[in-house]
Amino acid sequence: MKLVVCMKITPKLEQVKFDEQKKTIVREGVENEINDADKNALEAALKIKDAQGGLVVVLSMGPPSFEPFLRLAVAMGADDAILLSDRAFAGADTYATSRVIAAGIAKLKPFDIVLCGEASIDGSTEQVPPSVAEWLGVPYVSYVSELEVAGEKLRARREITDGREVVETTPPALVSVQLGCNSPRFPDFRRKRWADKEFKLTTFNLQDLGFSIGDVGLEGSRTEVTGLSKMRSPERRKEFIQGTDEEIVRRLGQVIRR
Amino acid sequence: MGGIFVFVEQTDGVLEDSSLEVLGKGKEISHQLGVQLVGGILGEGVGELAEECARRGANVVLAADSPLLRNFAADAYTEVVASMVKSCDPDILLIGATHNGTALAGMLAVRLGTGLMAHVVDLEIEPGTNMLLGSVPAFGGSIVAVCKVKKGRPQMATVRTGVFATAEATGQSGNVEQFAISLKEEDVRSKVVERKIERGTSVSKAERVVVAGLGCKDQLSLPMKLAEVTHSTFGVSRPLADKGMAPKNLVIGSTGSSLNAKLVVVVGVSGAAHFTSGLRNVETVVAVNSDPGAEIFKHADYCVVGDATKVVPKLIAELGGGRA
Repeated sequence: MKLVVCMKITPKLEQVKFDEQKKTIVREGVENEINDADKNALEAALKIKDAQGGLVVVLSMGPPSFEPFLRLAVAMGADDAILLSDRAFAGADTYATSRVIAAGIAKLKPFDIVLCGEASIDGSTEQVPPSVAEWLGVPYVSYVSELEVAGEKLRARREITDGREVVETTPPALVSVQLGCNSPRFPDFRRKRWADKEFKLTTFNLQDLGFSIGDVGLEGSRTEVTGLSKMRSPERRKEFIQGTDEEIVRRLGQVIRR
Repeated sequence: MGGIFVFVEQTDGVLEDSSLEVLGKGKEISHQLGVQLVGGILGEGVGELAEECARRGANVVLAADSPLLRNFAADAYTEVVASMVKSCDPDILLIGATHNGTALAGMLAVRLGTGLMAHVVDLEIEPGTNMLLGSVPAFGGSIVAVCKVKKGRPQMATVRTGVFATAEATGQSGNVEQFAISLKEEDVRSKVVERKIERGTSVSKAERVVVAGLGCKDQLSLPMKLAEVTHSTFGVSRPLADKGMAPKNLVIGSTGSSLNAKLVVVVGVSGAAHFTSGLRNVETVVAVNSDPGAEIFKHADYCVVGDATKVVPKLIAELGGGRA
């Protein structure tokens, strides 16, 4: 069984600042990390591998500076790592991003299950997983909290608006897993040294994936950003209720009873 | 033909709140542009629901009725909605950003070769071009990107739950048309084998809400009791749901619901941007937090510095709920 895990390398949100004058996002000096939900996707894949064997391949799109994060995933237990990297991929919206990722996964055919995190912490669009599934022509099951392979079938527990359901599908399929649905394992110390020093990572560029410039990145995108602004919040009273515990609670009671 | 197409989601014969909100906003935009509003509904035995959408402002409702569509399956629904869209060629396609709506939208955008704006918190028509502008929250909801679809049609957007008002009955009724499908059993590649639904008052519609965060520690029974004595609906911040202490549908903020309440009491929530973005439409916010510098106090009308697990029991007693 071949399991492919899609990983996004995202900036640490608390370090990202917005320049109100220039209306741009200040990324300089901001550290990156593996998107949390994608770590849950990796753990879900490794669990399946632990239970019944298989091969886990992690795949990410981004600049060569993302390599250490893929090596970290290998240290956690992934067998192989692919970086989709080309200057032409930059500036992509979910349409162009999903197209490149799907082409990278297609090179790994035959695969059985593709796993993604439910959303990225920076964009939070949740659109890349279903879009990749459509490019690949495979069924898609989202918000999975538990995943098991039962014979030929893939059984997934997922959340919907007011409840939960169990869905069955047949691989090849793509699933997105819920943030926090499992506890990602720590990298193995010895494996980490091997991953950092000896492991050979594979990189695919524009030509490797058979694209031309107009297919990908900014040019291959279907949407554009016309402006950025800080989220407006309504003005609030910001009245600190003070006094003894009894006074505070009494005043709070008045506010709530009104 | 142009116009606006809204995908109407139903689960076990109940319309999703978010679809009714999208229908309401779709109606407003259709008036502004002077075009038709078309609803598309899929399921088994959805005739009555289709009629309801027609009464709530859709000029035409396309109803695809089949046992194969009884449950949501992203691939099968994509197939059917894509053919509905091709049949009426809309300029704008709107979908409520529920878990299922999001799955459908991502597949559909690729199938139709068009652009999609995700989880918008506002929609406008650009003067002059009549193009759809979507406000897309990013970086945890602290920043809003105004986006448009530069290539491909229809212009697609998923809409966050709770930001627009529900479509009300208009007194007139549009037409319901049966939409014939050519779907086969094998086209439905994911099958629901079990389902459990628990419907309560949706947090985004509630008049009063008590929201609990990590500061309540493992004593969630306290804010729940406070919700009970104040006749409020109960909600949580994202980390509580991530820890498995509360279901995801109770999450407030950019990955959950926006609130529209008159009064919200927020206890033990630090107030990150992804959370406070869900409070924008709330009339009065009360916040209790042990950290006087907590971000949540910048988004509150009444602020109390104190340990949630100590303040809440006293408040319950004050409000006549006895000892917690």
